Amino acid sequence: MAIEYLGLSNINGPLVVLEGLQDAFYDEIVEFVVDGNKKKMGRIIELYEGRAVIQVFEGTENMSLVNTHTKLSGHPMEVAVSPDMLGRTFNGVGVPIDGLGPLLSTDKRDVNGLPLNPVRREYPRNYIRTGISAIDGLTTLIRGQKLPIFSGNGLPHDQLAAQIVKQASLGDDSDEEFAIVFAAMGVKHDVADFFRKTFEESGVSDHVCMFLNLANDPVVERLITPKVALTVAEYLAFECNKHILVILTDMTSFAEALREVSSSKGEIPSRKGYPGYLYSELATLYERAGIVEGTKGSVTQLPILTMPNDDITHPIPDLTGYITEGQIVLDRNLYGQGVYPPISVLPSLSRLMKDGIGEGYTREDHQGLANQLFSAYAKVGEARNLASVIGEDELSPLDKKYLEFGKEFEKRYVGQGPTENRTIQETLDLGWELLGMLPKEELDRIDTKIIEKYYPREKSSDATE
Amino acid sequence: MDKKRTGVIYGVNGPVIYLQGKSDFKMSEMVYVGEQRLVGEVIALDKERTTIQVYEETSGLRPGEIVEASGAPVSVTLAPGILDNIFDGIERPLERIADKGGAFITRGVSVDSLDREKKWKTHLTVKKGDVVHGGSVIAEVPETRAIVHKCMVPPEVEVAKVVDVVPDGDYTIDEVLVKIQRSNGDIQELTMTQKWPIRVARPVHQRYPASVPLVTGQRILDTMFPIAKGGTAAIPGGFGTGKTMTQHQIAKWSDADIIIYIGCGERGNEMTQVLEEFGELVDPKSGNPLMDRTTLIANTSNMPVAAREASIYTGLTLAEYYRDMGYDVAIMADSTSRWAEALRELSGRLEEMPAEEGFPAYLASRLSAFYERAGMMQTLGGATGSVSIIGAVSPQGGDFSEPVTQNTKRFVRCFWGLDKSLAYARHFPAIHWLTSYSEYLTDLSGWYTDNVSPKFVDYRNRLMSLLGQENSLMEIVKLIGADVLPDDQKLILEIAKVIRLGFLQQNAFHKDDTCVSLEKQFKMMDVILYLYKTSRKLVAMGHPMSVLKAEGIFEKVIAIKYDVPNDNLQLLDTYKTKIDEFYNNVLAKNA
Repeated sequence: MAIEYLGLSNINGPLVVLEGLQDAFYDEIVEFVVDGNKKKMGRIIELYEGRAVIQVFEGTENMSLVNTHTKLSGHPMEVAVSPDMLGRTFNGVGVPIDGLGPLLSTDKRDVNGLPLNPVRREYPRNYIRTGISAIDGLTTLIRGQKLPIFSGNGLPHDQLAAQIVKQASLGDDSDEEFAIVFAAMGVKHDVADFFRKTFEESGVSDHVCMFLNLANDPVVERLITPKVALTVAEYLAFECNKHILVILTDMTSFAEALREVSSSKGEIPSRKGYPGYLYSELATLYERAGIVEGTKGSVTQLPILTMPNDDITHPIPDLTGYITEGQIVLDRNLYGQGVYPPISVLPSLSRLMKDGIGEGYTREDHQGLANQLFSAYAKVGEARNLASVIGEDELSPLDKKYLEFGKEFEKRYVGQGPTENRTIQETLDLGWELLGMLPKEELDRIDTKIIEKYYPREKSSDATE
Repeated sequence: MDKKRTGVIYGVNGPVIYLQGKSDFKMSEMVYVGEQRLVGEVIALDKERTTIQVYEETSGLRPGEIVEASGAPVSVTLAPGILDNIFDGIERPLERIADKGGAFITRGVSVDSLDREKKWKTHLTVKKGDVVHGGSVIAEVPETRAIVHKCMVPPEVEVAKVVDVVPDGDYTIDEVLVKIQRSNGDIQELTMTQKWPIRVARPVHQRYPASVPLVTGQRILDTMFPIAKGGTAAIPGGFGTGKTMTQHQIAKWSDADIIIYIGCGERGNEMTQVLEEFGELVDPKSGNPLMDRTTLIANTSNMPVAAREASIYTGLTLAEYYRDMGYDVAIMADSTSRWAEALRELSGRLEEMPAEEGFPAYLASRLSAFYERAGMMQTLGGATGSVSIIGAVSPQGGDFSEPVTQNTKRFVRCFWGLDKSLAYARHFPAIHWLTSYSEYLTDLSGWYTDNVSPKFVDYRNRLMSLLGQENSLMEIVKLIGADVLPDDQKLILEIAKVIRLGFLQQNAFHKDDTCVSLEKQFKMMDVILYLYKTSRKLVAMGHPMSVLKAEGIFEKVIAIKYDVPNDNLQLLDTYKTKIDEFYNNVLAKNA
């Protein structure tokens, strides 16, 4: 183990090549000492007899072909885990940076994790109340789900994530242990500060474990940050029986880092220069959400990604959407109109919703109501298109009703205050109130019996109950 | 096997490893890699080096470790115990892996594909002196409540004579049941088990043309774009448009005997859901749990990429095996794009010259070879069986012009295009009637005439034509609004709406609407067209559409799907009376 190799044979971007290695293995972690004092860490990403391509997490600055000593660590990338990690802050590779001293734990986990066997997964069914109507009513978040927020630069995704964290943590069963793992990849300092402050204000900072790789931190480190965070999340969930909400921000930086390393390796690019294995890489992260049969904990993921140029067909949101169980899409137009949260309802979706709502979970009318709201709001779009051609005055009375409905829906159902916390009853009743603006015959997505029961009887707007 | 053929690892690059020098491995041979004996396959050989793809995570492998040849290509084990089971991409039972290694899948787990201890109740169907050939049934085993497993003579046997037979009783899959003497005098022992290489199609006697539909209980499929038994279909759609839901619906309600569900690079939770749901749901035909006729191949997106590539072939080979017993098998491949991406990823690792969008140039030929293994066949044993393939395609950015969708379109005969705007409006199934097509329609019209009604295809075409007319009218409406249209055109819009909402849209979560018999589908069309005929008469007499709409009959017809329970189809006949009443009412009020 103690063999040290002097010098390198090649340095190219974040990659170095070392020759003459003995007994190394694929994916092994190596330690570098540069100029006799500065330590760096790297991972073997390609290995031939006696020749290894190593990715340097901290970047290759100051390294030269002669001033570097390399040592094999004998293990793959590992992170020390302990229940004491909550309330602490770490850098992107899991080293404490909060000045509270090192983590006293000898319990280590391989950050690569292992795929969870589908037969030992428990299908997620418990919904998490976020207090946000557009999410609770239309794209319900389920415990053990991975539900990303597709956003754009300058949109309030951070506020939304923070609001979800705050309100979900005060959920109905707050006796269960709830904790947050926060992983920042290439985000700005003020974003990290914003989250830190929000966690403090809402009194949850003792339950938060933060991993920060900020925008000016080494790029390659970003590739390992989400893995470290998810390893800790899995440990806390499945071994310490906590309900973990993981916030990963910003997935776009992760993908960019992947592309950067891939191109230095000289790999054949597939779409927009991203490597062909971008899907597999993203999937190994996202698939680490879930519930293991027989354990009490769960890992719920709320990744945030900024869509380059607001383009949902860009490879990063596109591949993410194929892996995650739905998405919450933010819309610049709505935001411009002062609607908060600016959730674009139509492209947003929660795949696990159907099994976690309805009788016994929320209320029997939930599914039908949600479908009807979606369908009615889709018609609003058609009416608006028509109005932009022929003018609002020329519209049929029905189309005018839809326009009216659309305005109210955006203002009152989608829009709500950043601290407003609605119960599921309130959300559902509000939905019916809004549907009451439309004639009953237009409700074609709901079972006739449910309509009879819930459709507001009097057209007068205020229900007394 | 004489001495063991081995090699030494020289290099590791992701799921691909290299051995140096000339080796005596065979192409496509299965190998065991390293101390942990990871499963791999030889994919390229040359004088300098041997390339192997490894079906498991390779981290921790060192150059210098030994690679050992298995002597056979990557194969699956075929015997009772396949149904009501869940396997990974190379036919390792996930349940057993979990028992052995815990909730997370560890590497190098060595488990048998099928239970070798379990004794199956076996009935022998041959006797001493019988002449058998490849495909002849030698024994029957009730594998699940729904399916009788027929053990067959392996296909490579030409003609042989049975020289020894065990009596009926309980046997394991490895016990010798029958001894046969082949024409060259060799005695061969037959057990229930066969092995078959996954990349080779199992032989059949001959291929039949498509003539029977795979009835799915989904109106837009059965009526509008039917698939034949032994047919091929593609379901392309962006994320969230309902590919998986459509496949689940077909897996649940179609009249295939056996369902092979391949979760290729998809979500873990989805596989868990299928496992849970299919264990509880009851097959309407046999009254047994759906899992009794189902096999799941789960290679979720975080499982190794090479096994993802193999999973499609594993599923296909299992399907062909049951087809050889004379069953109608339907394969759900979700999703073929993940499989194509696995090809691309491996191709990239091998530094092959990429063609379109980084996909290898052999993408098209691999896809065609895959879909051509479907078909309605006369098996070697003389029975008729079929393999239908329904493949989901996940086009990047929802753009159907990308290579996987385009190449798939060339080799399938049914195209069920999912549409984003329909999905946004929660119109499910979001199969768009204008972009989708089925080439089986003419092949199957005879069957519909004989088995449902001679008018079936005509009705279907009339609905399609109304939808087509609606589409062209909508162009005008988009510019000037619907109010200015003449009443006969307004009627077309209204009827098209009834067709879209009342017929094409189907609620998978409604107990009556989730699966609909062909009879109900036909009668619903009948009612809708009758409504159209009656209304047209009224419009021709000069009654405006606003008067017609005020009667509420259109909404009533839309609600048929919920209001008429599947076990009381007579109720449908009352709708014509209601339409007649509506006709008389309008006349009376506006006389």
